[in-house]
Amino acid sequence: MTKSDLIERVAARLPHISKKDTEIVVNTIFDSMTEALRRSDRIEIRGFGSFQVKIREAREGRNPKTGEEVKIPAKRTPFFKVGKELKERIDATGRAKREAEARMREQSEAGSAENV
Amino acid sequence: MTKAEIVEMIYERVGFSKKESAELVETVFEVIKDALVAGEKVKFSGFGNFVVRQKNARKGRNPQTGEEIQLEARRVLTFKPSLVLKNALNQ
Repeated sequence: MTKSDLIERVAARLPHISKKDTEIVVNTIFDSMTEALRRSDRIEIRGFGSFQVKIREAREGRNPKTGEEVKIPAKRTPFFKVGKELKERIDATGRAKREAEARMREQSEAGSAENV
Repeated sequence: MTKAEIVEMIYERVGFSKKESAELVETVFEVIKDALVAGEKVKFSGFGNFVVRQKNARKGRNPQTGEEIQLEARRVLTFKPSLVLKNALNQ
């Protein structure tokens, strides 16, 4: 799903709001999130997750091609932590799929055993 | 920044009612979550990609007690920030 797919799907769920307006809202959400992270503000979206900016310390690195030593400056990096509810929902569909596959295997094994 | 603050910003900047702003913000995150739960990749250019990954079962260790534990296969959500976002944080 891309940003334009997101806009389409949100507009489809809210028939009283135009696609153009949905587009403005989606862009405003992402712009405001980027702005918050630039200010090193933590973002918390209940039921989804949180974003936080962490500082990666400066370190000595090496150019893997030339072997030359290079200084890597400190960097600010965004990190995402998935919320508990979403984390469980994502794993639950995976688990349901794994369990269904395991049952299928058992059944086919049981079936072939009966045929012997 | 919280979801309530994003709603407030939509209300002030875009000119929807408070109710519509809340409904819009809520729906945006619901649509994203539903796509991820369905196992879809979610790519937002200029921001980053959310990808659901399958992790295989493996042996782990409780870092506090050193005790060996079995970690089950699971699906996890990962976020990879885009270069644009990473650069924006380091200007």
